[in-house]
Amino acid sequence: MTGPLQDVGRSSGGRQRWRRANLVVGLVLVGIVVVTAVVSFFWTPFDPEQVTVADRFFGVGEAGHWLGTDQLGRDIVSQLMVGSRNTLFVGVLAVGIAIVVGIPLGGLAAVRRGWVEELVMRLSDLMFAFPAVLLAILLVGALGPSTRSAMIAIGLAYVPIVARVTRGAALPVLERDFALAARSYGRGRAFIFVRHVLPNIASVLIVQATVLFALAILAEAALSFLGIGTQPPTPSWGRSLNDAQTFISVAPTLALWPGLAIALSVLGFNLLGDGLRDALDPRLEIGRT
Amino acid sequence: MALFTLRRLVIFVVSLWAASVIVFALLSVLPGDPASVILGTQATPESLASLRAELGLDRSVVAQYLEWSGDLLRGDLGTSYINRLSIGGQIVDRLSVTIPLAVMGIALAVLVAVPAGVLAAARHRKTADTVISTLSQLGLAVPAFWAGLVFVTFLAVRWRIFPAGGFPGWSDDFLGSLKALVLPAVSLALVQGAILSRYVRSAVLEVMNEDFIRTARAKGLTRTEALWRHGLRNAAIPVVTILGLQLAALLAGTVVIESVFVLPGLGNLLLQAISRRDLLLVQGAAFVIAAIILLVNLVIDLSYPLIDPRVRRR
Repeated sequence: MTGPLQDVGRSSGGRQRWRRANLVVGLVLVGIVVVTAVVSFFWTPFDPEQVTVADRFFGVGEAGHWLGTDQLGRDIVSQLMVGSRNTLFVGVLAVGIAIVVGIPLGGLAAVRRGWVEELVMRLSDLMFAFPAVLLAILLVGALGPSTRSAMIAIGLAYVPIVARVTRGAALPVLERDFALAARSYGRGRAFIFVRHVLPNIASVLIVQATVLFALAILAEAALSFLGIGTQPPTPSWGRSLNDAQTFISVAPTLALWPGLAIALSVLGFNLLGDGLRDALDPRLEIGRT
Repeated sequence: MALFTLRRLVIFVVSLWAASVIVFALLSVLPGDPASVILGTQATPESLASLRAELGLDRSVVAQYLEWSGDLLRGDLGTSYINRLSIGGQIVDRLSVTIPLAVMGIALAVLVAVPAGVLAAARHRKTADTVISTLSQLGLAVPAFWAGLVFVTFLAVRWRIFPAGGFPGWSDDFLGSLKALVLPAVSLALVQGAILSRYVRSAVLEVMNEDFIRTARAKGLTRTEALWRHGLRNAAIPVVTILGLQLAALLAGTVVIESVFVLPGLGNLLLQAISRRDLLLVQGAAFVIAAIILLVNLVIDLSYPLIDPRVRRR
């Protein structure tokens, strides 16, 4: 099979390079965050929690502090490095909660149809009225402020999104011949969903999880900024921004670094999501003009 | 049409009820005793018991819910047990800041994102499309509150063009109040506009592939004419749906932005209530936010038949 047949449906070279760029830049940015988090367990330039008031508000490069020091004389690079652990931890668990609850719910709606589907869909509509920040405030009211409350709130807020995406992707798969065949020789609905549907919608779910990860980073930062997420002394990018706000007239650059760290991580996961979508789902490529 | 409206209204009422159950349940059923949360470390068994009795926590959860929701039906959100003020009054007060802020934010987002998204679709794969798509990707990554902090640093602290925070009050200084909301609204619009422009772009691209556009082109209309005359209205439905979801995100965003700009809005009230352990106020304010989001989505659903006559015949 050589020649013109191979060219059918192939998009222009420039466009493909552009799409691959999304994936590569996304992978690089996400890779930097992950490697930073791992390295921070073994090494940081300074002790991230070392308070030296005499060394406060050092500028970039001063006294060996690459990005300077904060209002307590703590090294900013070390704080950012350790903060990346928190970001990834919250992201993984929040997206994990959304997936563990959302996929079975969406699958149930797709497989059972009828009133079960109606109920799941109306419930997910209802949950859209509770954004992550609002859920987090309610959970903090009940459980007190903590990384745990923030994680659960963010995870719960994304359950309806995962449920909807799962249902939407599963419905057409359930109509395909192999699913109907499995049904005809008596396989149960749960078996068909896990064995035949899930592998076919995995790419859609992976893309969705990546995008949700980006949203979870933003939500965690916002909650920690408000003081209802990660609590001191655990370093967190959002809380560093809160501290920076207090000293904005003294040290305006303090607000720069944690914000950049958040923005670059979110950009990384978003680009990775876009890149994966193009790489994993050729159908979307056909539909796109 | 009447059936569509009726069905939608019934769903709205049931959703309101369910939202009240969720708000109540999160604060009442979860492990954790509000009385000991309020009293903190100074709690003694006697003070705990008397506070529980005062708050009605010694009764069954169902009885507590029935009383709260019964008052809610009469429009009474109760009285704060911290500052003894009417909760409904405090919320209405704060909404006079939050609603104008949210409306300004979404209006700015629409004003920028709709033309940008349409332009990107019209100039598909050309320079304008690449520039707009890249900018929206960057806008998506920036936390709104960080944008707010950067604006404060430059436009307020350094160049003193806008106030760094605070709110003079509508009746005292109308223009000053409006000015105080500009930077917060721009911070909110930045992120929401970035999201919206992507949806507008893909909605318009999708519509431009439809048969009726091909027919219009075949009749001799240019691509731009076909887009204006037939494309935009057909692209409107998915965009309006996204706007409804964005409003929820925007209201959540106001909680954070109000904290950056020290605005006395509903989000600020919620955070104060949390730090003072004023759980009845938290309950009331959270319900009002959820109810506003449900109401906006109702209005948007009911607007479909106005945008798209095909929905009317369903």
